[in-house]
Amino acid sequence: MELLQINDLKIQFPSRRGTVDAVKGVTLTVKPGEVLGVVGESGAGKSTIGNAVIGLLEPPGRVAGGDVYLKGEQINNLDRDAIRKIRGRRIGMIFQDPLTSLDPLQTIEQQLVETIDLHLKLGAEKSLERAIDLLDQVGIPNPAERIKHYPHQFSGGMRQRVVIALALCAEPEVIIADEPTTALDVSIQAQILELMRRLCREKQVGMLIITHDMGVIADITDRVAVMYRGDLVEEGTTQKILGDPDHPYTKSLISAVPRPDVRLHRFPMVDYIEKEEDRKKDFDISTHWLGQAQDFDAVEGSLVSVENLVMKFISKEALLKKNRQYFTAVDNVSFDIRQGEVFGLVGESGSGKSTVARMICGLYKPASGSVNFGGTDLTKIKSETELDYYRRQMQMIFQDPFSSLNGRMKVMDIVAEPIRFHKLASSNQEVETIVLDLLEHVGLGRAAALRYPHEFSGGQRQRISIARALATRPRFLICDEPTSALDVSIQAQILNLLKDLQEELGLTMLFISHDLPVIRQMCDRVGVMKMGQLVEVSETETLFEAPSAPYTKELLSLMPKLDKLSHSGLEIED
Amino acid sequence: MVSFLFKRLIQSFIVMFTVALIAFSMFRFVGDPINNMVGQDTTQEQREELREQLGLNDPFVVQFLRFAGNAVVGDFGISYKFKVPVSEMIAERMPATLELAFVSAVLALVVGIPLGVYTALRRNGVISKMVMTMSLFGVSLPTFLIGILLILFFGVVLRWLPTFGRGDVVDLGFWTTGFLTKSGILSLILPSITLALFQMTLIMRLVRAEMLEVLRTDFVKFAKARGLPDRSVHFKHALKNTLVPVITITGLQLGSLIAFAIITESVFQWPGMGLMFIQAIADVDIPIMAAYLVLIAFFFVVINMIVDILYYAVDPRLRTSDGS
Repeated sequence: MELLQINDLKIQFPSRRGTVDAVKGVTLTVKPGEVLGVVGESGAGKSTIGNAVIGLLEPPGRVAGGDVYLKGEQINNLDRDAIRKIRGRRIGMIFQDPLTSLDPLQTIEQQLVETIDLHLKLGAEKSLERAIDLLDQVGIPNPAERIKHYPHQFSGGMRQRVVIALALCAEPEVIIADEPTTALDVSIQAQILELMRRLCREKQVGMLIITHDMGVIADITDRVAVMYRGDLVEEGTTQKILGDPDHPYTKSLISAVPRPDVRLHRFPMVDYIEKEEDRKKDFDISTHWLGQAQDFDAVEGSLVSVENLVMKFISKEALLKKNRQYFTAVDNVSFDIRQGEVFGLVGESGSGKSTVARMICGLYKPASGSVNFGGTDLTKIKSETELDYYRRQMQMIFQDPFSSLNGRMKVMDIVAEPIRFHKLASSNQEVETIVLDLLEHVGLGRAAALRYPHEFSGGQRQRISIARALATRPRFLICDEPTSALDVSIQAQILNLLKDLQEELGLTMLFISHDLPVIRQMCDRVGVMKMGQLVEVSETETLFEAPSAPYTKELLSLMPKLDKLSHSGLEIED
Repeated sequence: MVSFLFKRLIQSFIVMFTVALIAFSMFRFVGDPINNMVGQDTTQEQREELREQLGLNDPFVVQFLRFAGNAVVGDFGISYKFKVPVSEMIAERMPATLELAFVSAVLALVVGIPLGVYTALRRNGVISKMVMTMSLFGVSLPTFLIGILLILFFGVVLRWLPTFGRGDVVDLGFWTTGFLTKSGILSLILPSITLALFQMTLIMRLVRAEMLEVLRTDFVKFAKARGLPDRSVHFKHALKNTLVPVITITGLQLGSLIAFAIITESVFQWPGMGLMFIQAIADVDIPIMAAYLVLIAFFFVVINMIVDILYYAVDPRLRTSDGS
């Protein structure tokens, strides 16, 4: 018998502008011990399915049709109290962000014991025993002592283990995991997925894992359901879906996943969702304002070189300077970026890669060391006007497309601001023409100029950021995780755009990412950072084929295995 | 924690010093104290003698240090009008104000927090909407008007409650209390409601806003997904997190209850420090005004210190951030 059965589930969100069908008749089944992946991009409706099953749809969302059965027993028509008794007891739930999933004011013990005692009625003492045992099972060292701690005393990965312990504490029959590893580093992700798979097999739990990450799907699932805009477009074994998908959306989705094994010139076919608007090339970039001779001195060899960069943050405040404790975020880092190349920095969160970027563009002042740009040491320059000259030559694209644009400015003004600030155009009319050309060139179209940032999707906003960065005619672009907040198909589009621009304009780039496959697709050379130190710098292909530092080897071994993905079959259709 | 407290102490000291300086400058710049003290027929020589005697010819710094030194031990000089030490007058009046402020604070918290929680949980309920509408009156009507309306209704029309004074008080030696007699307690009702109403609505709206915020967080959702009953989710998890930021505002509000009791005390002729201060302004009785200023600043500083320490007690994230 099926453990969890979802029949023709329909979920609607009524709104003033009419009803939105978030899920349009989806049928799924999970067997005991089986991991079913639900994959799709944002807005596909995959999370709402999980919430609907346990009766926690956010209002005004409602189930408009269909049934949910748990071991043959219908659960979607239960009253509040009855469904509450199923939650946690028979269906466990794991959420995306372990940093916010736990009550910050209660110890792990309080939270675990409360839940265990509620479901199993063991009494305080037995509940505590079981809680410690659970923490041990999910791999928390020294559980008897750690259980007394508060959530903030655990790292992200450890917190996700606590969350899993909480979800498992009443031995549920089904676990619904909503993006369980998205907020974690790859090494932690691998451990958590391993843990979840083991628990599934051992306890014969059925798992519904909701994710946008093909790596996770390939790693842990037995079967996959692909969702697109509320529809279930394809379902089958993981092998089949990843290796030989039938539906064009699935093909497009898989072709957008950056390949860890081979460097491709561009992502082949990524335009199923939003047609990548044709970038009209009705002007020749080399004669246009954008490509015109930039009034910078030509540079031989390396454009940027940093030497012995050190950055320290105060970790413990003290009145006396000698009692202060510092955390060394960047520890003696040196590297060169050659004119015209894309240099990648890769590392896990907290490794100091963003801090390096911020020191290069002057957002942080290094504790020591130098930043040479075109042969000039920027850390020695005192005068603001002189610095502006260099700032104009380097621009930055940030990770979060939602907070890096001023929501109260029109796109026209956002992109025009750097041009006006650096007085790069003679008249207002010229500025406007340049902005419109830029917007068209990044694939947004001229009409975008009159709108505000909130009217755009994440990928479109990142295009605005790119247009803004290009507006000073820079020769050096710093991209700090430019696509890690985006869906894969959008990521592929943005990466394609960045590649094209880099070639057309001969840009030099510093490309920061935690994602090794993305690094492989984008960069000529790569530096690997670990805990503030640069452990290895080499040509990208060398790094991937023959890594020298042990840490690099470890990172590469943790990369999601996408062998099951068949890219070869897809490219032909392009 | 120690270094944090130490920093706070230094800040408090600077605040007290500044307030003392302002209070003291009143002596120098608001009229001539000698003129205020003596009668019309005092001769110029007698005036000079008194001036010398009181040390008013000393340099500003010396006079200020003397003032500050005295203030530290609670000596604020002698009232120009009543010719008794200001410290005695304050000691006599303080219990009235503190009792009023205490009852108002308790009232504001006991009514404000539950109403805030209720209106957050039943966001679209009819009662919630009524309470929210009513609370707008509480925020927007001036205190004196509320006081006068209450007097009119409960005192004049219904004749249920006394409208002025403290009623009978019991002298405990160091403290006179109105809590022990029936008329004392009855007299407290109207003024404390008047004083509490604004704070109550403020706390209610604050708790409501914070609570709505907390109810949207992931840990509340996860608590629900674990099957915890609503009671536990709302009160054990959500409310506790709601109260962390509320503590700060409430602390500051308690300070202002004491400071802004002036209006309520005037309306109800409540024999507290506020009323004394108003009269002192009318009489240009500078020692009283100075003492009142310094004292209120002191209350604020102390309450703020307590709030900061409470923060440490409530939020484990602050406690351990030094250690690890």
